[in-house]
Amino acid sequence: MSAHGLLVSRALVTLADACSEGYLGAMPKRTDLKKILLVGSGPIVIGQGCEFDYSGTQGAKALKQEGYEVVLVNSNPATIMTDPEFADRTYVEPLTPAVVRAIIERERPDALLPTLGGQTALNIALALHDDGTLDEFDVELIGAQVGAIRKAEERELFKEAMTKIGLESARAKTVRTVEDAHEAATDIGFPIILRPSLTLGGTGGGIAYNREEFDRAIRWAFSQSPNHECLVEESILGWKEFELEVIRDRADNFAVICTIENFDPMGVHTGDSLTVAPAMTLTDREYQRMRDAGRAIITEIGVDTGGSNIQFAINPDDGRLIVIEMNPRVSRSSALASKATGYPIAKIAAKLAVGYTLDELKNDITGTSAAFEPTIDYVVVKMPRFAFEKFRGADPRLTTQMKSVGEAMAIGRSFKEALQKATRSLETGRDGLVSLRDKVDYPALAARYIKWRESGEITPGEQGLDIPAYSDEELREALREVVKTPVADRLFYVADALRVGLTVEDLYEATRIDRWFLTQLAELIEAEHEIAAGNAELAWVKTLGFSDARIETLTGTPIREERLRAGVRPIYARVDTCAAEFVAETPYLYSTWGRNSESEATDRKKIMILGGGPNRIGQGIEFDYCCVHAAFALREMGFETIMVNCNPETVSTDYDTSDRLYFEPLTFEDVMSIVEEENPYGVIVQLGGQTPLSLAVGLARAGVNILGTTADAIDRAEDRERFDEILNKLGLKRPRGGIANGVDDAFAVAEDIGFPVVVRPSYVLGGRAMEIVHSRADLKRYMRVALEAIEGAETQTILVDEFLKDAIEVDVDAVSDGTRVVIGGVMQHIEEAGVHSGDSSMVLPAHALPPDVQANIRSSTRALALELGVVGLMNVQFAVRGSAVYVIEVNPRASRTVPFISKSTGVPLAQIAAKVMAGATLEEVGLTQEVTTPHVAVKESVFPFTKFQGVDTILGPEMRSTGEVMGIGATFPEAFHKALLSASVSLPTAGSIFISVRDDDKPVASELARRLSGLGFTIVATRGTASAIERNGVNVTIANKAGEGRPDVVDRLRSGEIAMVFNTTEGQKAIRDSRSLRRQTLLSGLPYFTTIAAATAATAAIEETIARDGKVTVRSLQEYHQALA
Amino acid sequence: MKNNAHLVLADGTAFPGRRIGHDGETIGEAVFTTGMTGYQEVLTDPSYQRQLVCMTAPQIGNTGATPEDDESAAPHAAGFIVYELSKVTSNWRATESLDEYLKRHRVVGIEGVDTRALTRHLRDHGSQLAAIGSDDPSTLCDKARAATPMTGLDLAREVTTKERYLWTEGSGVWASPMTTHGKPKVVAVDLGVKRNILRCLVDAGCEVVVVPANTSAADILAESPDGVFLSNGPGDPAAVTYAIESVRELIGKRPLFGICLGHQILSLALGGETYKLKFGHRGLNQPVQDLATGKVEVTTQNHGFVVDVDSLKGKCELTHLHLNDGTCEGISHLESDTFSVQYHPEAAAGPHDARYLFERFVKQMTK
Repeated sequence: MSAHGLLVSRALVTLADACSEGYLGAMPKRTDLKKILLVGSGPIVIGQGCEFDYSGTQGAKALKQEGYEVVLVNSNPATIMTDPEFADRTYVEPLTPAVVRAIIERERPDALLPTLGGQTALNIALALHDDGTLDEFDVELIGAQVGAIRKAEERELFKEAMTKIGLESARAKTVRTVEDAHEAATDIGFPIILRPSLTLGGTGGGIAYNREEFDRAIRWAFSQSPNHECLVEESILGWKEFELEVIRDRADNFAVICTIENFDPMGVHTGDSLTVAPAMTLTDREYQRMRDAGRAIITEIGVDTGGSNIQFAINPDDGRLIVIEMNPRVSRSSALASKATGYPIAKIAAKLAVGYTLDELKNDITGTSAAFEPTIDYVVVKMPRFAFEKFRGADPRLTTQMKSVGEAMAIGRSFKEALQKATRSLETGRDGLVSLRDKVDYPALAARYIKWRESGEITPGEQGLDIPAYSDEELREALREVVKTPVADRLFYVADALRVGLTVEDLYEATRIDRWFLTQLAELIEAEHEIAAGNAELAWVKTLGFSDARIETLTGTPIREERLRAGVRPIYARVDTCAAEFVAETPYLYSTWGRNSESEATDRKKIMILGGGPNRIGQGIEFDYCCVHAAFALREMGFETIMVNCNPETVSTDYDTSDRLYFEPLTFEDVMSIVEEENPYGVIVQLGGQTPLSLAVGLARAGVNILGTTADAIDRAEDRERFDEILNKLGLKRPRGGIANGVDDAFAVAEDIGFPVVVRPSYVLGGRAMEIVHSRADLKRYMRVALEAIEGAETQTILVDEFLKDAIEVDVDAVSDGTRVVIGGVMQHIEEAGVHSGDSSMVLPAHALPPDVQANIRSSTRALALELGVVGLMNVQFAVRGSAVYVIEVNPRASRTVPFISKSTGVPLAQIAAKVMAGATLEEVGLTQEVTTPHVAVKESVFPFTKFQGVDTILGPEMRSTGEVMGIGATFPEAFHKALLSASVSLPTAGSIFISVRDDDKPVASELARRLSGLGFTIVATRGTASAIERNGVNVTIANKAGEGRPDVVDRLRSGEIAMVFNTTEGQKAIRDSRSLRRQTLLSGLPYFTTIAAATAATAAIEETIARDGKVTVRSLQEYHQALA
Repeated sequence: MKNNAHLVLADGTAFPGRRIGHDGETIGEAVFTTGMTGYQEVLTDPSYQRQLVCMTAPQIGNTGATPEDDESAAPHAAGFIVYELSKVTSNWRATESLDEYLKRHRVVGIEGVDTRALTRHLRDHGSQLAAIGSDDPSTLCDKARAATPMTGLDLAREVTTKERYLWTEGSGVWASPMTTHGKPKVVAVDLGVKRNILRCLVDAGCEVVVVPANTSAADILAESPDGVFLSNGPGDPAAVTYAIESVRELIGKRPLFGICLGHQILSLALGGETYKLKFGHRGLNQPVQDLATGKVEVTTQNHGFVVDVDSLKGKCELTHLHLNDGTCEGISHLESDTFSVQYHPEAAAGPHDARYLFERFVKQMTK
């Protein structure tokens, strides 16, 4: 027996003695609870990302492990938590109080745990408490009590609580009317921060520097707050911002899991800020004062069984500490803190919620106590990922309203190393803290920012392709201005400012970014000079986080071979929660530079899975879902699984999802280093989306065994000419099109096909820069955008295709083992061609395609898979016009719809694909036939338009949705209705419906008007549409278009006269003219449909709702799947 | 950035790095601490006398130095080992950079050391003598081997006050609220006392007289104290025989409270024994359970030896338990108002969870 073991046994004896002497001792988990309802967070939206899949999954696992019966509800099909095996009953149903009430009525749980499902779950819990449901069915709220939630979330109560415990908060007033708001503003003084109550990620919030801005901002804030309430607050812009992740149990034990410091000072939402763990610029005195405050806050608020996130501001000049806010639940920062320290906050929080205390729980990584506060011996940097390029016209300034769509985290031994790793984890084509001097016209940008500030008006500026050669002096002056405005790329602008000679002190004045952080950047710039001059020792340079690619850019010579020859290789250190004080059992690793590697690679047969990197539009949680499934399946087959990913929000980066976890950037260099360390049997690149797929060719060339579909097959599907050969060979049709290299070529191809054409760069995901262009001029403008988008890609080709107007699009997912192809599902798009498949709603099974067309689609899919030699998953997009079937594109990889299909059919496609890639046949894994369902599932997309004022909401070929929901029902209208509800679209059952459609849609619109009028709705329409409807014998009220005289339709919307909008348009002018209509619709929170197909579906859903008298029926996935067996 | 110095352990393991602080050579026992804040408190903690302290947190010196954060008159650590020393100071209280501070106090340091590798080495092979300097590694290794081992050394003698003095300063604006009872007089025996202990005593309402480590029981009683406090300090408790003697005489006569070295001396005076831990406790994050209430406190610790509670069976009860390895963190004498803890309730650096012990001491003195 080891000395250590002896000590432990001695301790147990003493503890037992202590217990017998009257100390209450271990109070085990609660046995009065049997069944617990876990509420998820719904679709991925800005401010509520896949971190709640991580927390919900951990929570569900922990509760099941403890023997509870778990009932789970979440409308997001792409989550791991909604996999049927994670709960006893899984409801993929709308997250509305009425629906959750129906689930409670059916399941009769003993308790509801809302603290792992973000703001959505908390709001539902509050609603069910307020309407008496929880009392009626005797459901106990666990994790956080109603009183605590209200105290934390309602500004006034929170402020009172802070005053009570002697803590300062910013001077502020909660207001409910514009008049009160103005009065409060006078008392407090500008600049002023606005924080609307009960909104996600600060939606509706902002900063106002003057009275006019304030007036605009307060109205927007009120419109976004569910209770029409807003906090008007003293500005503490420029103060240092910190966060504490804390937990507390029912015995009043308390621990800080992680401290986080924001690189960007107060004024930028923490979700949009570069953040660093642990805090870098606090002395112990200051930190302990904050820790004491944290304990006092969580105690006063009354969170006594779980985690919280608390935000503080510190005045850099005198250390004054102010409490900003507290989230009485697991949050995005908790996910970050969990990944940053290795401490599983959600799992521990779930166990605390069912009665455990911290001293009764163990830390899995070291076997030490869960009350052992993590300490770390590395630096973690999180960088947000933005998608402004998708939202033309959006205000690019970062404010207190979150705008980023994802994040990447990097671990290094120093801030400098972690920062550079983070920059290349972001998937923005940058291999470090690169210079943007050749890409950004800084003087033009400075002029624009000055104009914005002076006019208060955001006007889009076109970025020219040719940037004048400015002198350093010109750039210095421009950058001095530019860096004042926090925007997505400010970090890079600051670096460029240092490069042209601005000092740390200059930049501190302009940005209030802490001098320590600025100095770190300055040191990196200094190192760049040394590298460029050839004076720097390679081993030292690597410790600063410079990638091979970046060093090559700086020196102009390749470095990789030389580096390997010199034996300069990374080591892998463990994330162990304890700074090496104890031995870590868990192989959770990151690369760094030092003496010895702790990977302890085994000689088992292992498979490496490359994850998807940060979430962004076009590449979201669906791919993480697939990677996690692969890990499960391969482990089941006996392989050792190795996950590589850099997204802290995900389930894939949980240390127990795979056998080994490498938290690393997904670049060739970083992945190859792990391959060299681990020597895996094979690498899976087709499940993590475009990120790992784009590494396939390079890895294969370096001798890595790419499992499944070969790199060559991927190239055959992506390369236009090679793909055309396949289609010709198989006799399949595609829209006429061509490949253009450069601008001139594009004109030639487009004119040959005839406008309108669909244009897009090859090798991009999510329809980035994809557009339908109607004219030569349009195409010219487009080419500028496109060339920007493809920068950094391996090829620079633009695809130009015939636009198949009015065609129906179809998505097919299939899995193949090379000899057999099984269809996963055939999904019909509800919107017609022209809307990106990621934004389109889809229905499974295809409800309105003739059998012969479906047969054609299935056989074409099979033929394509076999011809390409697909081993694993494949997605094909078709367009159907009449009985003609066109192939739009083929992606030999996991698609966004894989989890949606799996949730509906019960077939774990991603697991099957992983097994097939590892060598099994489809027959061996038991999938030989397509599973079709009698029930109907609808996937609906969710958009972030409320976060981007001024952006048009019309759908198009460029994907802009952040997430998706699923509705399941017996019929298409029911499923569609549920899908809409899940997407927070609540269809009216009475009132006025406004219809304004393009000529082609008028026949259908008239028919819809007739049906809706028959249900008692009043029809309001613009002149042209109205006359078509009247001809159909329906009474119509005519409304003026915007610009036709007041009151116009926008006024009617504003005054609440309209309950729903159908608006279809065509052509740039009509689209521009109807823009204010769509914005107002969004502002008023009304259901609106911009395609006639969706309007038709909505009408059917309304009919169905009225027919069933508004009642919802709920059914679990387990029941749906059982019915299929 | 070229390496120009080495840290070499007595077992021959050499770590290259770059000189920081005072330009010279130093020898001491290499130890590590896992606290992420409070490097200045660590440097000036007399418990680190003759030790070369490795900070596992990699970015050190970011907040510079300020006289307010000194835990004694000057640094006691014999050397300082970091991954990266900040070139810039960012804190509103700082009066100088850490490098300037080290230079001014002639503390030899080294940066660029793979501190994680060093920590794992010390964890697995135990703390050992080491040297930092610019000589070649083998010379430094010889010097480390030739140095006097720490076991059996009475280091309290080196760090204790020469003269008796009154301490009146409290924590001021940084104070945590404490309940006070009257104004008891405490004699604090300085075995290497940290200022924050004295401040906490003042905060708890005490009048504090600090006396040298070798003050006899009679001289202590001559101060007519309401209680006696035994401080933390460096080195081997067994070597501080004079203090053990005095404490033995004081037990039962006045309430006694000991911290860290004071706790070990108290245990020895009661006839107990200590043993060496496989993994010492060094950091600001150590979970301890108060067995009287079941509550967990996160504590500051810095000890490689621990009291064998079985050796005190029948005399003392175990009051505090380390939740990671179940070792003894606190005892209380069954027959007198005597209690002590192995950890540091005064923190500095560290969490304030255990401040209640000062209130408990005051309560005993004033009951």
